[in-house]
This record gives sequence, C-alpha cells and structure tokens, in this order.
Amino acid sequence: MIRLEKRAEPSQLWSLLTPVVAVITTMIAGGLLFAALGKNPFVAIRTIFYDPLFGEFAFYYRPQLLVKGGPLILIAIGLSLGFRAGIWNIGAEGQYIIGALCGAGAGLALYPMESVLIFPLMILCGLLGGMLWAMIPAILKLKFGTNEILVSLMLVYVAEQLLASMSLGLLKNPEGFGFPGSRNLQDYPSAHNAELIAGTGMHWGVLTAFIAVIFAYVLLKKHMLGFNIRLTGEAPRAARFGGVNPNRLILFCMGASGALAGLAGLFEVAGPAGQVSIDFNVGYGFTAIIVAFLGRLHPVGILLAGLLMALTYIGGDIAQSSLSLPSAAIQVFQGMLLFFLLAFDVLTNFRIRLAVKGAA
Amino acid sequence: MSAPLLSIQALTKAYPGVVANDSVSFDIEQGQVHALLGENGAGKSTVVKMIYGLVKPDSGSMTWQGAPFAPTDPNAARSAGVGMVFQHFSLFDALNVAENVALGMENPPPMRDLAARIKEVSENYGLPLDPARTVGDLSAGERQRVEIIRCLLQDPKLLIMDEPTSVLTPQEVQILFKTLRQLKAEGTSILYISHKLEEIRSLCDHASILRLGKNVGECIPAQTSARNMAELMVGDTLQTPTRTANLDGEVLLNVRNLSAKSASAFGTSLKDISFSVKSGEILGLGGVAGNGQDELLAALSGELRTSPDTVQIKGNPVGHLGPKNRRGIGTLAAPEERLGHAAAPNMSLIENALLTGEVRQNLSKKGFVNWKGAQDFAQDIIKAFDVRTPGPDRAARALSGGNLQKFVIGREVLQEPDVLVVNQPTWGVDAAAAAAIRQSLLDLAAKGTALVVISQDLDELMEISDRFGALNEGRLSEIRPAAGLTIEEIGLMMGGVSAQEAAE
Repeated sequence: MIRLEKRAEPSQLWSLLTPVVAVITTMIAGGLLFAALGKNPFVAIRTIFYDPLFGEFAFYYRPQLLVKGGPLILIAIGLSLGFRAGIWNIGAEGQYIIGALCGAGAGLALYPMESVLIFPLMILCGLLGGMLWAMIPAILKLKFGTNEILVSLMLVYVAEQLLASMSLGLLKNPEGFGFPGSRNLQDYPSAHNAELIAGTGMHWGVLTAFIAVIFAYVLLKKHMLGFNIRLTGEAPRAARFGGVNPNRLILFCMGASGALAGLAGLFEVAGPAGQVSIDFNVGYGFTAIIVAFLGRLHPVGILLAGLLMALTYIGGDIAQSSLSLPSAAIQVFQGMLLFFLLAFDVLTNFRIRLAVKGAA
Repeated sequence: MSAPLLSIQALTKAYPGVVANDSVSFDIEQGQVHALLGENGAGKSTVVKMIYGLVKPDSGSMTWQGAPFAPTDPNAARSAGVGMVFQHFSLFDALNVAENVALGMENPPPMRDLAARIKEVSENYGLPLDPARTVGDLSAGERQRVEIIRCLLQDPKLLIMDEPTSVLTPQEVQILFKTLRQLKAEGTSILYISHKLEEIRSLCDHASILRLGKNVGECIPAQTSARNMAELMVGDTLQTPTRTANLDGEVLLNVRNLSAKSASAFGTSLKDISFSVKSGEILGLGGVAGNGQDELLAALSGELRTSPDTVQIKGNPVGHLGPKNRRGIGTLAAPEERLGHAAAPNMSLIENALLTGEVRQNLSKKGFVNWKGAQDFAQDIIKAFDVRTPGPDRAARALSGGNLQKFVIGREVLQEPDVLVVNQPTWGVDAAAAAAIRQSLLDLAAKGTALVVISQDLDELMEISDRFGALNEGRLSEIRPAAGLTIEEIGLMMGGVSAQEAAE
C-alpha cells in the first residue's frame, strides 16, 4: 500500500525538480506512445527536442522558438499573477483576440497614413482591448459573485465570433478580392511589428515578454503588491486580516492578465500573423495556462517553460511532416507534460510512504 | 478490590519523527472516574485511540476484565463495552436527534422505538433531549448530549470523554457532572481527558498524568493541589502572572451601539454592542464559542467594517477603516485561528512578520518590501517570545501550535499597540507558554495599552481581567469588575437567563 504523508514544509528540492522529472517522464511515456504507433521512439524524441535547435534546418527553426515562445510567455506571466492569488482567468484566448482586433483596428483605421505614432497607438489599443475584455468577468464577479472561470472562458467564444464577424465585415480588406481577412499589416510599415534583428525572430512582442518576466519577478519578490498576491493565494483570510482589499486585487490581476494577453494578440497580428483572419488565433491563450503551471507560476520558470513549449510545437510540426506522426499524437504528448507535472507536483508537499499492510 | 476493568501495560506508539506514547501504563477500576491529564501533544489522544481501536499500538498490551484486549477497529471496542464521546462532534445538522443516533448503530431499531429509548435514557440521566429535534438547531451542550446518549444506548462499561467541557457553560458543566456521577454510581467507569485541573479535582477519583508521551505520575486529584498537578504536567515550576492594575487611564477604545452582520452564513451577527476600554486596562470577554467572538474581533481589527462612529479609537471614528489604517493608529489584533487567519501556513515566519508588521515597523518603502527589516522583526519576535524554530525562514505550518501562537501574539505585542484585541490567546498552548503569553499581555497593559481579551478559558480571564463581560448570541452582557465575580454569576452572564432556566 502506498500512502501520502504531508511534509512539514514544502520541499524546495522537489519544487525545482518536478518540471525536470516531468519532462523526462514525458519523453519516456511519449516514446512508448510513438513506438506503439510504429515509429522509432528515439528518432521521434530527437526530432521534437533536438532537431529544431541543432538539426539541419535549425537556422529556420531557431527564430521560431522566440516567435512562438514570446506570446506564450507574455500571456502566461499575466495569468500567473492571478493564479497565484487564486483568481482564475481562463479566457486569455479571448483577451488575446480582442487585443489583436482593437490594435489592428486602430492601425487599419489610419491606413494609409504613415507616422511613428501609429504603432505605439496600436500597442495601447491592444493593451486596453485585452484589459477591458478581462474586466467583464472581473466586474461581474465583484458585483454579482459570478465565477470568473466560467465567464472568462465563455467570453472566448464570444470573442471568436467577433473575430469572424470582423474579418468578414468591418476589417475586411477592401482590396482583397472578397477573401475574408484584413489588409496585411506586414505591408503597412507604420503598423508592422517587424523583427528587431533580422533572422532572430526577435520582435517587439518578444522583447515585451522578457520585460514582463523581469517586471513580474520584481513585483513578486520585492513589492507589497506581489506579497499581497501570494498571501491571498496562500491564505485568503490571513490576507484580509493583513489588510488586503480582495476586490482591488481581483481587478488588478484580471486587468493585468488581460492587458498582457491583449498585447500578445496585437504583436502577433501586427507581426508574424500579419492580418486579422477568421482563424487568426491558434490557442496561445490556452497553451499559456499550461506554460504558467509548467513554470511553477514563477517568472523565470515561465520563461523556460514558454521556450520548452514552443520547442515541442516546432518539433511536433517537424515530426508531423518528416515522420508523419499524427497531430493528435503530438497533442497527447504535450498534454502528458502537464499531466506528469501535476502528478509529480504532489511530491512537493507530500512524501510517499510504503505503509505496512493493515496499519491504519 | 477486584481485577481492574481495563489494564494498560507499557503501551508504545511511535509516529514518524515522534514517539506519541512511550510505555504508558495505568489501570481503570470498575466504577472509577479516571482522569488522563496532560498538555496538548502529551499523547492523551493516542492512548484513547488505542483503547478505542482506532490506532494499533507498536508494543505493549491491554487487559479487559482479565482477558487480553486488542481491538482492531472501533466496532470491536464498542462490542466489548467501550463508548467514546469525541471532542469534535460527528453529527449531521440536517437530521434529527434520533436519526443521528441511528446512524451510529449497526442494527438500528425502528425509529419509534429508538425515539422512546432516547427519551427514556435522556430522562434517566438528567440530560433532557427531544429525539425529534433537528441537530442543526441544538446548542453545543445539547449536541454533546446526543453523543453521550448515543454511547449510553450501548450500555458501555467504560465511557471515554475527550475534553467534554470545552464547549459548555458552567451550568451545563454542572449538569454533565451530575450525569457522570450517576453513571459512576451505577458502576460505569469513565476515562476523563482534560487539562482543566479544577474539573478533575471535583470529579475524578484517580488521575494519570502524561508528559511528552510518558506516564509521569499518578495522583488522587481531590488530595492534590491544582498547582502540583500542573507542575507534574509541565515538568517545570509555573510562573503565576503578576500585575498591578491602574485604572485611571484615558479611554482608548470606545465601541458604541455596534451592530454588524456576520460575513459567514453560519456566523453570529453582532447586536448593539457598547463598551469602552481605558489605557492600562484589560477587558476580558467570555462566552461559549460561536457567540460572536470572531465577528467582534473582525469588527475591531477592521476586517468587518461598520459605520465610522461605532468604533472609536482615542476619540477618532474608525469603524469604516480597514486593518492597515487601524494599525497605523495603533490598533492591533490577533485572531483565534492561527493557521490561515493570523498566519499564512505555507509562508515563512519572515513573510508572516510582514503580514501585520508592515505599517508600524516601516517594512515597506514606496510599496517595496524591506525584507531585511522583516527578517529582523521576525528574529526579534522569535527571541523575545522564545519561539522554538530552526530559523525565521521556516514555514509557519512547520511550527507547533504553541510556538506559532507565541509568534502570533508576540508579533502584535512587540509593535507596542495602543489598543490590542486578542481572541483565545492561549488556545491549545501548553501551560508554560500560556503563562508567558498572559504575562506579556499584562506587561503590555502595565505600559498603558488598552486590551480586549476574548477567551473561552474562564480561569484565564479571571486571572488577567480587570473587568469582565460575556458574549451571548452576538450580544454583550453587562460589564462588571472581575474581582469578586462568582462562577455562578459568570455562568449567568455567559448564558443569559435562558441558560439558568435550563439548568433548573
């Protein structure tokens, strides 16, 4: 009989070790899965983890790491603040879409005017759009006690409908021969979120993500607000006793996560994606939830986890095309990562005891 | 004398990292009220869990009426004739008394017969109880009766009672004792667990004293002074608090017609509470748990806000201010629940020092935390209050209850408040630590702080209070000087008139 015994204190060692153990276990279990599908597991794992970084076409894949990792990190940092305080914004995908729509909309409204102020304006609109979309579940929670998990999640589907409507209507490219989708912002220099250093994948969004990591780190380590966030997550009653205003904290956490998700959307639509289209969103907002937890809700952890997740995306794409692995297998593989992480997470607060049979 | 009912020989039980019982032995005679005395963590609960079949001893043996006794589960213990009334009741609020009793039986008789039996037994033993009443509507004392009657229906030879009086008013305690004496007269043995010495002296024939899992002494309580028993329990000479009251100070805390709805659906709302506390004075507030203590503390700490004028500190209306602002003007509080309310369990002592120390200890500057200062403050508390911990970076939950309580009280005391409100300052704390905490509160009063001490421990309140009042269903009794109050008067204040009627 295996029994779990609560540790007197959370284990520092395990809290650092679980992500590593989870990745290794995922490799083993994933390898078994790929073997069951008739692929060579070692080749498959190498294709996913090694080829994007050091393989023959790594020069093409390496920049992708930042392009895909940037938005994941940016969104996950925002989410982690709320998650730490026990405020569950699950609708980052919706805030990402609305941020992209508002930011791109501001840029497109001014087309074809050229000005250095246009891009900053778009950034501001993207940020505000995401933030306001996140304010809906926040204010409903404060006023009516609704559950922010459900409301924010349902607003994702509302945002998706809005996106479809916009790309077929208001924001449709008038010169696009009737195809759905907006003008391509990559062809509009004032609005284009171009690479800062050509060939690296480094654009304004990636830079913002790195700044957000530093900002979140300082906030949580050094600032009273960060302390209050952690305190509220750990012990809400103690937080109220300490003098934390829970309502203000909900507004801050929802607002900050929405704003960062909106920014991620804007940088994506103005950069790598280029245009508002029906299927512009690819699920970064949901994957960022995995990233946030994989990174232990810690800013530096999220940075690493975002890059790792981006790696499995890119490697998964390669494995799909070169090894003809089904995309479902890749998704299962990514799911395993979160599964094993949560499973091993138990070891941070509990130790396993082999109990003698019959003992109570 | 015939063979003892239950004889315990050298019972030992170790848990990982701690030996809960180390070769504990004692005998319980037929018809004897046997006290098991010890501080929290002395191993009393482990002994009774072994007798009741909940825990298997590592070594040692028990003999029941001369035959070997090793119950594998509570059912085996019950069928042998052991009944147990737990400290925490296991009753369903939504069911009535008879249904709750039936749930504890293997083959419950038809409900009508059972109700009749309950009525009969409850009347026989002077514990009036209506089998048809819903448990959710019963007082703590009545709920305990349900548990006792549940045991009595099995005709136990040994009844184990774990801290039975902690939830009762003095009048209810008298009723309970009458019942227990009647049971004893009928030949039932009782194993009575408590750390309230006066109770044990008045009720028990024999006492076994445990300290740190070991049996450190036996005595006949009626012939031993409470002080001697306490010293056996603690293994140390007790420090009795000393104080000199000074009651000419100015009024620091003034509460006027305070009414507030409880934040919790199961809480007690405060109803028209008025009192004032002077500089250097300790106001003791008694009352059975759940009569508005938590709410009163919340209203004074600022967690529960009211209209400005209802709470005044040094003449300033503060009812609308939150905890941080109130700390700024010198009002501190220490809630009852250590883990999760007064302290965050998973956070370090440094972070917990920051929790209430931010404002008065200047632990933040422009919003940025002064961690060095917080660490120093935590160190100061640990040193001044003898908190046993390897270091201030330890998580609060890693501390024992008594040590964490010393930390929580110390954190507020060291901030030199003008007004301090504490709820259950020595709850679950060993006698030596409790004495130290009380002394620190007295010292604080001597320096001119106005204190409100909310407690369910009447001995404690009588020891340190200048004036005494009691909370009952969210109302505050008349406040009277503590000196000269009799236990009967206190009981009436705690229970109001209705309790007296119930007692008679």
